[in-house]
Amino acid sequence: MEDFHHALSFKYELCIGCSHCTSVCPTAAIHVEEGRPILNPNRCIDCGRCYNACPLNAIYIEQDDFQTIYDYKYPVLLVPSIFSSQFQDKFSNKVILSVFYHLGFKKVYEVERAVNILKEKYLEMMQNEELERPIISSFCPAIVRLIQVKFPSLVSNLSLVRPPLDITALFIKKSLENSGIPREDIGIFYISPCAAKIAAIKSPVGEDKSVVDGVINMNYMYNKVLRIIKQGEYKLVTDEEDFHSMSNDSLRFSLTAGEVRLMDRGRNLAIDGVHNVSRFLSKLEDDYVDNIDFLELRACDESCAGGILCAGDRFLTAERQRNRLKRSSRKKHADEMNQYKDYLLDNIVVGKVEPRSMDKLDDDIAVAMRKMKKSYEINSHLPQVDCRICGYQSCKELAIAIVNQKASLTHCIFVQRVLEQGDKLTNMESIKITRKIWGENKVNKNSLDTLNLE
Amino acid sequence: MNFKFEVEGGDFTNAGTASSQVKKMMKQLGVDAAIIKRTVVALYEAEVNIVAHAYRGDIFVDIDESGIYIKLVDEGPGIPDIDQAMIKGYSTASPKVREMGFGAGMGLPNIKANTDVLNVFSEVGKGTTVEISNLFQKE
Repeated sequence: MEDFHHALSFKYELCIGCSHCTSVCPTAAIHVEEGRPILNPNRCIDCGRCYNACPLNAIYIEQDDFQTIYDYKYPVLLVPSIFSSQFQDKFSNKVILSVFYHLGFKKVYEVERAVNILKEKYLEMMQNEELERPIISSFCPAIVRLIQVKFPSLVSNLSLVRPPLDITALFIKKSLENSGIPREDIGIFYISPCAAKIAAIKSPVGEDKSVVDGVINMNYMYNKVLRIIKQGEYKLVTDEEDFHSMSNDSLRFSLTAGEVRLMDRGRNLAIDGVHNVSRFLSKLEDDYVDNIDFLELRACDESCAGGILCAGDRFLTAERQRNRLKRSSRKKHADEMNQYKDYLLDNIVVGKVEPRSMDKLDDDIAVAMRKMKKSYEINSHLPQVDCRICGYQSCKELAIAIVNQKASLTHCIFVQRVLEQGDKLTNMESIKITRKIWGENKVNKNSLDTLNLE
Repeated sequence: MNFKFEVEGGDFTNAGTASSQVKKMMKQLGVDAAIIKRTVVALYEAEVNIVAHAYRGDIFVDIDESGIYIKLVDEGPGIPDIDQAMIKGYSTASPKVREMGFGAGMGLPNIKANTDVLNVFSEVGKGTTVEISNLFQKE
């Protein structure tokens, strides 16, 4: 199976090897070797907890070079509605939209416009009794990957409905082509609030290629737009029709319970925060939870308002978004998208999503059995402190690394102390092991020389 | 590999410990997701039966590469008529309990539906032993 593509990578020149990233990872995808974090690509789900935890901004999230928008004669920008909610109220949508046009975009759409069409699919899904319950939303790409790797038995519960982004992108492509613009001239760009959506565009789950041509990170765009506004370099565009076709459903969608609020029946639950989701899915697997019809699961606290690439505070962003909802006119705007409804509904489902269990110890069950037995035995001798001094997230993870011959028992600092007492390990050997895990600098014997201990 | 779990009668908040642990092990072995699901459903149901009806019980889990073999031994009132208890919808629960949504008589039939082998032995006034097993490879 092909490795997951990841939008996250480490900038080793900035990293001090503190392992905060290791401790927060919901899939134990990071361990430390030679003072550097190592990512297991088959476990990482691009949720970005590590990005938030890193005290040195040593985690990089890839994006396309902004200049590539000029490679297209007709660049189009797709904006998540929470983008404008990061700005203080004095910066109106009109101003922000004007800046986008100033930058060279020919058309700007808010992605959640497609929610009106998506809603039809959701309601139809809820009526379909054949579908396995609970139906789990496939909106958040980090959650889709979490289920693939950690809860493979729940893969069959995924709704497989495309997110608003894909539907809006399909609409734009189709409508512009119909108006006579050649496909190669159209460049569809998306401002992403998170790493998971970037990864999903670069290597989509359940399909070959994304309709989106390029991704711009939201924090990059926020800085760019704010600077242009402050310097007053743009011309105000009076026609803000592009930001108008947003219903209340659309404006609510990317906030927590946005999908649940679309439903007209059933027991539906919204959970945000990847660790909360993980705990709940574990209970769901254990069969504690019954009679739930639909689960809206989002990896970020406060959903997309808490996206790791969002510039503002997530609570303030969500509050501004809710205020926009209150302000939004009740007046219905004719939405051009409705003309393409049938086409879009025909293309609203993605292909099959495969389970790819991260827990499996070996393809051969007899080998897996031996490894499991050994890892339980080893783990029973470890201190269960989960101190991470061995470089792994927990004692349990170290035990698994040992049976996979990636680490040895002496990686454990408690085991080292035990062996030193029995003269089975010298102090120098312990130090050597620590250096191998944490690099030379952290245990350099001269490193305290300049510290006044008086 | 052998494991033992102790179950306290009436302690609903901790019910599910054994099924959760068994699930983790089966994932590590790479057992088919559908078989994991069946096993977890059956074991959870059997575990809750002890919590709901018995004073206490022990769960013995034996897992190897061929399958999972579980024995649940409880000290409790026992089942007077096992054949009847195996019928879907049969329940000794009072109408009041049924009104609350419990005692639908699905316990043992549900375990049976999710296991390859189910054996039930019971002695009234002493307790019940339930043996369930699921094989990992189907012929």
